[in-house]
Amino acid sequence: MSTLVNTQKEIKNLKTFSTAAERFEGSHLLCPGCAHSIIVREVLNATNDNLVVSASTGCLEVCTAIYPHTSWDCSWIHIGFENSSTAMAGVETMNKALRNKGRISADTPQPKFVTFGGDGSTYDIGFQWISGCFERGHDFMYVCLDNEVYANTGGQRSSSTPIGSSTTTAPAGSHSYGEKRQKKDIVSIMAAHGAPYVAQVAPNKWKDMVKKIQRGFDTHGPVFINAMSACTTEWKFAPNQTIEVSDLAVDSLVFPLYEIIDGRELNITYRPKNVIPVRDYLGAQPRFKHLFKPEYEYLIEEWQKRIDERWVFLQKREEIRM
Amino acid sequence: MNKRVMELKSVEVWDGNMANSQAFRQADVDVVAAYPITPSTATVENYAMFHANGYIDGEVMMTESEHAAMSACVGAGAAGGRVATATSSQGLALMIEVLYQASGMRIPVVLCLVNRALAAPLNVNGDHSDLYLTRDSGWISIDAFNPQQAYDMTLMSFKISEHPDVRLPVISNQDGFMTSHTAQNVTPLKDDVACKFVGDYLQVNALLNFDKPVTHGVQTEQDWHFEHKAKQHAALMGSKKVILETFAQFKELTGREYKLVESYNLENADVAIVCLGTTFETAMLAIDQLKAEGINAAVVAPRVFRPFPLEEVAEALQGLKAVACMDRSAPGGTVGALFNEVSGALINTSARPLMSNLIYGLGGRDMTVAILKDIFRTLDKEARDGKLSGKIQRFVGVRGPELSFYETQGM
Repeated sequence: MSTLVNTQKEIKNLKTFSTAAERFEGSHLLCPGCAHSIIVREVLNATNDNLVVSASTGCLEVCTAIYPHTSWDCSWIHIGFENSSTAMAGVETMNKALRNKGRISADTPQPKFVTFGGDGSTYDIGFQWISGCFERGHDFMYVCLDNEVYANTGGQRSSSTPIGSSTTTAPAGSHSYGEKRQKKDIVSIMAAHGAPYVAQVAPNKWKDMVKKIQRGFDTHGPVFINAMSACTTEWKFAPNQTIEVSDLAVDSLVFPLYEIIDGRELNITYRPKNVIPVRDYLGAQPRFKHLFKPEYEYLIEEWQKRIDERWVFLQKREEIRM
Repeated sequence: MNKRVMELKSVEVWDGNMANSQAFRQADVDVVAAYPITPSTATVENYAMFHANGYIDGEVMMTESEHAAMSACVGAGAAGGRVATATSSQGLALMIEVLYQASGMRIPVVLCLVNRALAAPLNVNGDHSDLYLTRDSGWISIDAFNPQQAYDMTLMSFKISEHPDVRLPVISNQDGFMTSHTAQNVTPLKDDVACKFVGDYLQVNALLNFDKPVTHGVQTEQDWHFEHKAKQHAALMGSKKVILETFAQFKELTGREYKLVESYNLENADVAIVCLGTTFETAMLAIDQLKAEGINAAVVAPRVFRPFPLEEVAEALQGLKAVACMDRSAPGGTVGALFNEVSGALINTSARPLMSNLIYGLGGRDMTVAILKDIFRTLDKEARDGKLSGKIQRFVGVRGPELSFYETQGM
């Protein structure tokens, strides 16, 4: 169930969008070419409403709130690695309590509550906390900055790391092709909570992303956004290639863009005109370079097959509307 | 929303958990976030029932773990309102990470810690291993010896925690089962009086104040971390003044007097035990009975465990000949925490009594009047002999061969 509570911000074009009043300031310590900052700006710039933001320990947090500096011109809180969701649930619950008691007057506009966590915080160490928040139905938006690796600590595997990727804790070597397991399907898991709105986004497809973020802001209840965040440092592409690599990710359908409403209704929101081979996506990132050895070619073929099957599955899910 | 008024009798029969729940209700807590665990479960259950019956207009948030409960308390506290929770034992152990974050972020929270042993082996009964686990967490820690005191301490905890000069979280301790599940007469304040005593919540750097955006929970490295922690410690040490003021205001209101260090029969005593929790009242009985044997014994207990009342403990123990520090927690390869801290309090004073360390009551093993009388008799003998009767650390009330450690030197 969606209810409009505040007037939605009108976004006309990329120029006005990208030059909107910033509540996430440009001065921070994120790597040049890091997609995190692009995603955060696209989320925050999608609304004019008052914001409370929380962040898990991770790249975003350590690069934006080092005393005595802060990059945040909005209410912001970090507690730990695993509990940014529950910190926000506490804020949201306090907002409710103070309104019940009349200590925040009824005509004060409702703020928006947004939580950012990396895939380490989301897929792994903080998963229980997120699941608890979604089960309880807190009115907030959780945005996973999914760069498929523990980037903040130097590139260790997470359960979002895709098969064949070389990480420091699952490195490619003479006897290994790196990560042995497939990426966890967090979008389906969160949809299975019955959340009113779950979506996968990519910052290069900014119109699609902003539409979903605004829908998320207009949704009452917990919203989960899985945002692909191409990582120049750990995916090992040049810092000026972030958008190009992101385009390869969505156009190869490795990161399909879709949404799931009320845990059931699936809509594909972006259909590439020319679907490119998975091989091209992998080839652009040295984290996969060992897969191009003859002995591991089969992994690329298997990957392509999985992506094709997944695309068919998503289309069927969309078609049957349940 | 109008909440219902609860009619209380002038004297109620409450156990320690109900005392906590009623203090939460009267303090008009905005958000209680909790996860149930024996023996503190009923604190939360009672409160949930008050909520279900319309006696509370705050929010009750039942999280999926104690770690989440404390995380929610920190978030809700930072948002700008009064928060509380309750836990015990493993639950405390699970939330310990966030205890340090709450105090470091200077978020007022009241935690009712119903003391219980830590596994393994799994045990649901009362000892002080969870209380000791909070020692360095930067929380104020106050101890109740019975349900009346649990009510009083929990109510006062809000006032202390939220004081602008303090802004630190507070633990209100009580013994698992012995206090939490033993119903006794409790004289409560009237709702309006209690609420007025605690006072309105004073917002500081509230996340929900959008006129002044604040960043909570920053990173500080070697350039600022030390200053931050030093200031935090200074605030904790400074809370003593506010605790004393709060105790004084409470006495004025109720006639019930509390001190940083409680004692019984200290004026006449040659020997004493130092303990925490319900052992204090059991010792009072033993002390009275021993007067017939010509033994002048006392019991001393820090009411406030953190900030540790070092000067007051030293002052209380001056003039005594033998003191046993009783630790209700497995000491983990050293002397017990109370022994360590009390010895530290005495080391720079002129009159240093003989000091022994008794480990007792683990996992809820009874500490009876009879055992305490034996302890006092031993102390009395030590006082007369001018030396300890055994090693410094002794296990009391444990089956099997005598278990004692640490020889005295040069005595």
